[in-house]
Amino acid sequence: MSELLKHPGESSNDDLSPEGKAAAHSRRTFLFKLSVLLNAAVGTVLAVPIAAYLLAPAMKKSANVGAWLTIGSVNDFPLGETRLVDFQSPVAGLGDGQTGKVACWVRHISAEQFQVFAINCAHLGCPVRWFAQSKLFLCPCHGGAYYEDGSRASGPPLRGLFEYRYKLQGNFLLIHAGDMPTLATQASCKQKPLIEIQPATASDDSIPTRSTEWQG
Amino acid sequence: MAGLKNRVIAAGLKSYRWLEYRLGLIKPLADEAAHRTPSNSASWMYVFGSAATVLLMLQVVTGILLALVYSPSASEAWGSLQFLNHNIALGWYLRALHGWGSNFMIAIVLIHMVQVFLFGAYKFPRELTWMVGVVLLLLTLGMAFTGQVMRFDGDAYWGLGIGASIASRVPIIGAPLVHLVLGGPIIGAATLSRFFALHVFVIPGLLLAGAGVHIWMTLLHGVSDWPMPGRIVTKSTYEREYQELTAKTGIPFVPDAAWKDAVFAAAILLAVIACAFFFGPFGPSGQPDPTIIQTAPKPDAPFLWIYSVLAFLPPSIETPIILIVPVLAIAGMLLLPLVAGEGERHWSRRPVAVLMVAIIAVSLGIFTRLGTETPWSPVMTAWTSDSVPPKYLLNRSPLERQGALVLQNKQCRNCHSLNGVGGLRGPALDDLASRMTEDQMIRQVLQGGGNMPAYGNALNPAETRALVSFLMTLRGNHLAPAVDASNKLADSSELHLPPVYTLSPVRQKQ
Repeated sequence: MSELLKHPGESSNDDLSPEGKAAAHSRRTFLFKLSVLLNAAVGTVLAVPIAAYLLAPAMKKSANVGAWLTIGSVNDFPLGETRLVDFQSPVAGLGDGQTGKVACWVRHISAEQFQVFAINCAHLGCPVRWFAQSKLFLCPCHGGAYYEDGSRASGPPLRGLFEYRYKLQGNFLLIHAGDMPTLATQASCKQKPLIEIQPATASDDSIPTRSTEWQG
Repeated sequence: MAGLKNRVIAAGLKSYRWLEYRLGLIKPLADEAAHRTPSNSASWMYVFGSAATVLLMLQVVTGILLALVYSPSASEAWGSLQFLNHNIALGWYLRALHGWGSNFMIAIVLIHMVQVFLFGAYKFPRELTWMVGVVLLLLTLGMAFTGQVMRFDGDAYWGLGIGASIASRVPIIGAPLVHLVLGGPIIGAATLSRFFALHVFVIPGLLLAGAGVHIWMTLLHGVSDWPMPGRIVTKSTYEREYQELTAKTGIPFVPDAAWKDAVFAAAILLAVIACAFFFGPFGPSGQPDPTIIQTAPKPDAPFLWIYSVLAFLPPSIETPIILIVPVLAIAGMLLLPLVAGEGERHWSRRPVAVLMVAIIAVSLGIFTRLGTETPWSPVMTAWTSDSVPPKYLLNRSPLERQGALVLQNKQCRNCHSLNGVGGLRGPALDDLASRMTEDQMIRQVLQGGGNMPAYGNALNPAETRALVSFLMTLRGNHLAPAVDASNKLADSSELHLPPVYTLSPVRQKQ
């Protein structure tokens, strides 16, 4: 009797070749497949939150980012001039250090009319500089140029400068800032105020207005 | 004495056997190192792959040493680099080794790639070795870009801005992609942290694993034999021919072939050491403060050509080119061995391959060179810092001199040069009047066009008149002033007068 009893580890397939055993071990094969399935399930349970963690920054809606903040009193901005203003980004966090600072160009058009431009060039984001004498914003990277109203003048940019939304509260100028402005995460793209331009030569009617985009 | 020596040797052998019995790696590795390779593959042209591996090791070691001090925090990174440069003994030297090692590694990887391409070594059975190599090149460039971010200065900040701006051009998922790249709405702590993770964990891990696979496949298929014109690679015969060649001319890789690799690797390391010692570390330049706008951001040397290309792409097709061409180029490199896996290997029988290498090399060279000069960028300080050449002011009327003043004040010099000094974005003005008539100048100045903004809003009529009267004096070596022939014809036909062709000055008294 005892020679017929099998040790738990032995089986009737002991005489087979290793490959034959593997094929014949149907219960073990099944259990192995089951264990693979089990790990696939556990792997998914593990992976989903990890993916969510990784993609978290991408999930935030651009529109919800940012806040209104004061960048100065109206008196800080002489009428007709364009000034550089620094402010602390409302979305800057602990540890951002200097990178949490933002600069923007503020143009005071008339008593209650402003334009607040991002310094980031619409081409590839380099900081544009204002040249008051030629009334141009110039970009040091690839030579993008913009007129004083932010519209594209020449160079590789596709469009005019990004603008922040602004409002006046009492005597203070507030802007809405958040995302770093890029083509996909624009500071704001509301309708631009129409700027009256003085015809440079009275007789020349062929000078196009600024509203048309110059073709390079 | 001899007895002692024998006893030491015996003890050494015994410990070796003890170790090898348990480890089982030393003998297989030694055998692999001494594998037979065709004697014609023991060449100075075949040393670049091993040199790239040695440089990778140098980068790993120096990188770990820098990480002992570097602080990957947006508020502290720049300061910790200054600390490394100035306060830690030889910190500057470690930074220099790592920086120069990076440049050398990219150069060597590119040379290795060109050599393999020109020698047709990517053909059967080494297709996958090439494809893994392409991935290794991209990873190496990835290390260079993320490494530039680690040097958290102004250039790194705006370089990230350029990266984000490119990501923002991807349709539909542009905004989420920008946030994913930056780790948040702005360039800041999260951005540096994720690029740090990429630079020290993710990409090096992939790079080391990829290099391991790359070397494994080189051992598996053997170092490619020296190509001969007319010796065609076919899948049915190549491996037999290679084995016959190895059997006939084979030499042990170590030491008969490897000494050249070793000598070249030592020379390259010495070159890195010399550059690091004599030229020092790269930066950091200004602080990563976006409110410091007096800056002209520029990427590191390996990416200058991209920076240049981005200046020349027409705006209307820039986005599609930025997004599609790199994909096609990488796909082309990856698929090359599948398309051309058989056939001639020798460069003399592959003129298209040689031409491609020449054109790509010359193009990269030209664009890199242009990137160092950035002729497309306005010279922001030209209008105040460059002097007006005296010869252009000599014997000029007050109005014309007033015009020279307008030219400076209105920042024309930022884009236009006089006597070779000034911006290069627009044409030089030295002989302008021999190319444009007064009317054409007025139109160009006020309306702009071509690549020039319109100055109608920035110039009053008096300034325009002064400016143009000055420009009309700029006629180079006393060339004849430009004449608008069509104007003349139109005028004369209107008045029913016979046309008069003269070269008399068209400067009108106004």
